[in-house]
Amino acid sequence: MTTLTTAGAPAPARSKGVRHAPHTRKARRKAAWIGLLAWIVGIVFCVPALWMLLTSFHSEPDAATNPPSIAAPLTLSGYKVFFGAGGGASPWPPLINSALSSVLSTALVLALALPAAYALSIKRVRKWTDVMFFFLSTKMLPVVAGLLPVYLFAKNTGLLDNVWLLVILYTSMNLPIAVWMMQSFLADVPVSIIEAAQVDGARLPTVLLRVVAPVAAPGIAATSLICFIFSWNELLFARVLTGVRAETAPVFLTGFVTSQGLFLAQLCAASVVVSLPVLAAGFAAQDKLVQGLSLGAVK
Amino acid sequence: MPLKQRRQGTYVRLGASVAAATLLAGCAGAGGGGGSSSGGGGGGKALNVLMVNNPQMTELQKLTADNFTKKTGIKVHFTVLPENDARDKFTQDFSNQAGQYDIATISNFEVPFYAKNGWLAPLDSYVKKDKAFDQADILGPMQESLTGDDGKLYAEPFYGESSFLMYRKDLFAKKHLTMPAHPTWQQVADLAAKVDGATPGVKGICLRGLPGWGEMIAPLTTVVNTMGGTWYDKDWNAQLTGPGFEKATKFYVDLVRKHGEAGAAQSGYAECLNDMTQGKTAMWYDSTAGAGSLEASDSPVKGKIGYVPAPVDKTKTSGWLYTWAWGVQKASKNQDAAWKFISWASGKGYEDLVGKKIGWSNVPAGKRASTYSNPDYLKDASAFADITKKSIAGVDPKNPGVQQRPTPGIQFVDFPGFTDLGTKVSQEISSAIAGKQSVEDALKKSQALAEKAGKEQK
Amino acid sequence: MSAPVTTRSLPPADASRTARRGGRAPGGGARAWATRAPLMPALLFLIAVTQLPFVATLVISLFDWNSLAPGKRHFHGLSNYATVFTDSDMRDSVFTTILLTVTVVVASVVIGLLLALLLDRKFFGRGIVRTLLITPFLLVPVSAALLWKHVLYNPEYGLLNGAWSWVAGLFGDHTPAQPDWISNMPLTAVEIALVWQWTPFMMLILLAGLQSRPAETLEAARLDGAGPWQMFRFLTLPHLRRYLELGILLGSINVVQNFDAVFTITAGGLGTANLPYTIYETFYQAHEYGLASAAGVVVVIGTIIIATFALRVVSSLFTEEAGRA
Repeated sequence: MTTLTTAGAPAPARSKGVRHAPHTRKARRKAAWIGLLAWIVGIVFCVPALWMLLTSFHSEPDAATNPPSIAAPLTLSGYKVFFGAGGGASPWPPLINSALSSVLSTALVLALALPAAYALSIKRVRKWTDVMFFFLSTKMLPVVAGLLPVYLFAKNTGLLDNVWLLVILYTSMNLPIAVWMMQSFLADVPVSIIEAAQVDGARLPTVLLRVVAPVAAPGIAATSLICFIFSWNELLFARVLTGVRAETAPVFLTGFVTSQGLFLAQLCAASVVVSLPVLAAGFAAQDKLVQGLSLGAVK
Repeated sequence: MPLKQRRQGTYVRLGASVAAATLLAGCAGAGGGGGSSSGGGGGGKALNVLMVNNPQMTELQKLTADNFTKKTGIKVHFTVLPENDARDKFTQDFSNQAGQYDIATISNFEVPFYAKNGWLAPLDSYVKKDKAFDQADILGPMQESLTGDDGKLYAEPFYGESSFLMYRKDLFAKKHLTMPAHPTWQQVADLAAKVDGATPGVKGICLRGLPGWGEMIAPLTTVVNTMGGTWYDKDWNAQLTGPGFEKATKFYVDLVRKHGEAGAAQSGYAECLNDMTQGKTAMWYDSTAGAGSLEASDSPVKGKIGYVPAPVDKTKTSGWLYTWAWGVQKASKNQDAAWKFISWASGKGYEDLVGKKIGWSNVPAGKRASTYSNPDYLKDASAFADITKKSIAGVDPKNPGVQQRPTPGIQFVDFPGFTDLGTKVSQEISSAIAGKQSVEDALKKSQALAEKAGKEQK
Repeated sequence: MSAPVTTRSLPPADASRTARRGGRAPGGGARAWATRAPLMPALLFLIAVTQLPFVATLVISLFDWNSLAPGKRHFHGLSNYATVFTDSDMRDSVFTTILLTVTVVVASVVIGLLLALLLDRKFFGRGIVRTLLITPFLLVPVSAALLWKHVLYNPEYGLLNGAWSWVAGLFGDHTPAQPDWISNMPLTAVEIALVWQWTPFMMLILLAGLQSRPAETLEAARLDGAGPWQMFRFLTLPHLRRYLELGILLGSINVVQNFDAVFTITAGGLGTANLPYTIYETFYQAHEYGLASAAGVVVVIGTIIIATFALRVVSSLFTEEAGRA
């Protein structure tokens, strides 16, 4: 997979400013203009999200004015309502359910994908590329076509409205991506250290946990991040298959549009809180995000 | 081989921790429903309730913990969703008897065929035992509409509604207009044209345009009824391209396009309520339940609104009949507790509680005769109490139009396929409201859908 | 859970032991199984969870089964398929799906490329700008869709019309036009919201591509007197080809299945129902289980055909391998 980055040549160090070194005043001025442009574009692009953040701190009447009241006084009332002030439903159960289903499914994905990736990149099975494409092809199948059988299965086995059902489904949803990513990351693990460990008589699980995992740690982190985000965001399964006990945060969000007059500030506050874990994780690990999103093809 | 033993130990530990995590997470989610939060054993029962997120329900949700759970020890877990979503969900759950929810807010649309299919638990025995509930106090048309073909009672109303016309008295005065005591639709259209723009940004009338058989189809069908149209004749022949249906739909679409609210094709009950509360529309033809929110103490239009019966054309009355009622799923294992909840939520005491805690105009009314003789309620709700009661009492679900119908129902046709048919037809008409196609085209497509659905009923 | 169990019960891949057993042809017997063992849990899990339901879907699709009419369920042969192929809603949604996917992917690739080119320059606060630009991708899709529908597009109090009346007010126009965005251009409204969410994704991939250009080649070209456009056209674009293909492929896989935005912004109304939404509606609102399953089967078959081509593209992306023997 590394070919993508290197295009034949051995991985070059990032071009260290050779290109844009602002030698002359003209070049420096040009760089300044580009910086300004980039800032404007960045802010404009982000306006909807920034507006959401601002609105979440407004009172309901201020949030629904036309023209908009940018300078309206800030308040936490939207957040207070979201967190159940005034007797509304508490957001904690859905948030906890989302966290449980995302974290547990990510763990399960890693447990399955790591050995699979080993068999696809280190000690390769025959026709390993076919297997890889089989994994990817399941990702192309329409989720919605499997919804009904899964619902009926869950109903008859009492798994309806159960976080574990979501864990299983999210695992299958993310497993193909994870296998692809891990395959490309494990391909970078030097064979020599694995062989050394095996000469010592270590069994495969030990090799994976003690030798492969530490070397591939950054890749595993990227994989986890992506799986976490996709699970946290999932709506369709959660909507159809959960009810009171296993309701997840995105489903909870859809119930936030009320007919009880104004709801914009609450809705924005709710959106901010529900998006916060993903935003935090994504901001903290921007480089991992790139690796993850490209199935590990971009490193 | 100490090394190997240590490795095996790692695995045992790994397995153990996975098992522990499994146990910790339980076999459910964090929401409870008899989950770990109440501790082992579970002294108190828990109910799962699915509700539409109308204001009356969200107020109920807020009052439940302190006033119901404290007394009975029964925990109540709510799922509160917008109407279309809630309907998808309870239909799914009840029709499969999946038992996720003990109680759901269902309506007089669902009760007849839910009862026939055996998806609801009959309530007669509970009603008989629970004298304080006073079933005789429930308004006649309500009770009738929640009774199955077998004569058993299958649901208790939480609140009931008909439809009427609300208008801003102050804006009418400003433009020197008078609202007739019993307006016709033609008069309403003329008034809408005149009052449109009375103050900058005010539209003539708000009418639902949001797709959904429980959204736009409800007011539209009452207009169809009074203008001489019907969905089906008595033999299930679709009549959507018939003169009455077409005239009414054209009238409705024209009115809302010319003098209706902004974003009409995406406006439902909630959006119109918002517009009316925010003073963005001068008239609103909708549910009588809307009045409670408009006259609430924090409403900016409180006291400024007049109420007249649903506008008519060829019939004497044209209001609809609708009730959100508590139905208990047959598969529920907590039916006794469920009745306790229903008895509390639909009881007289709850109306008093809402009156005192939140305000009398917020009371879930329209279901009990006693509500309309309660001096406290009448003091706050005088503007609309009388007309609401008369509207509800004046309806005839079996004969709402000018011709015989195959099945009861005013703003809907009572058969299971209507949710899908109504939704698809409403999408066609909604797109006519958005100006994407002509009413004729919308109805032509709708007629084909209705013919197909009708054939299965013959 | 089965992963550790299976791997423990089978011997690890141990070359020397296999060799001692007689070293059959690679892929034969125990050695092959030892190699396959670590793969099996993931493979079996995925087959069980993603393939078995489709078998059930196939069976259900042969029944006339509406859960609202529980007494009437019966075997129906292929007539659900006849309905699927003659249903105009279904045809429309195929077209909508294609239009939606192509528009969103192309638009977000183009905008993403422009943003990536901008971010490839050095300037003050580049990290912050990058963070701003990826924010839309990190919002939970439902909340982004709700944001567009209620906070931005709403004709009464949405930011778009609000900002417009503010601007118009500056010029003395106090009754500015207040278009109803979602009704006037429903599909475009959905597309814009999706492009906003997917552009950062394309940008990140393309940015990675830009930053992996070999510096020496660029420097050499510059010394040869190549202009910026020539450098972009003849150096950058060819280098980016694979990244573009990768972005398009991954974007398509995701956008084709979009449910959240269509469901939230228009609820499938006004001609925006794509295939996932239409099937969802048949299953969850009409409760026509048989028909929904038949539609599902047809979509799966269609997807397999398209995916075969798509996978060919991927394989061209991933064929060359790293130097592992």
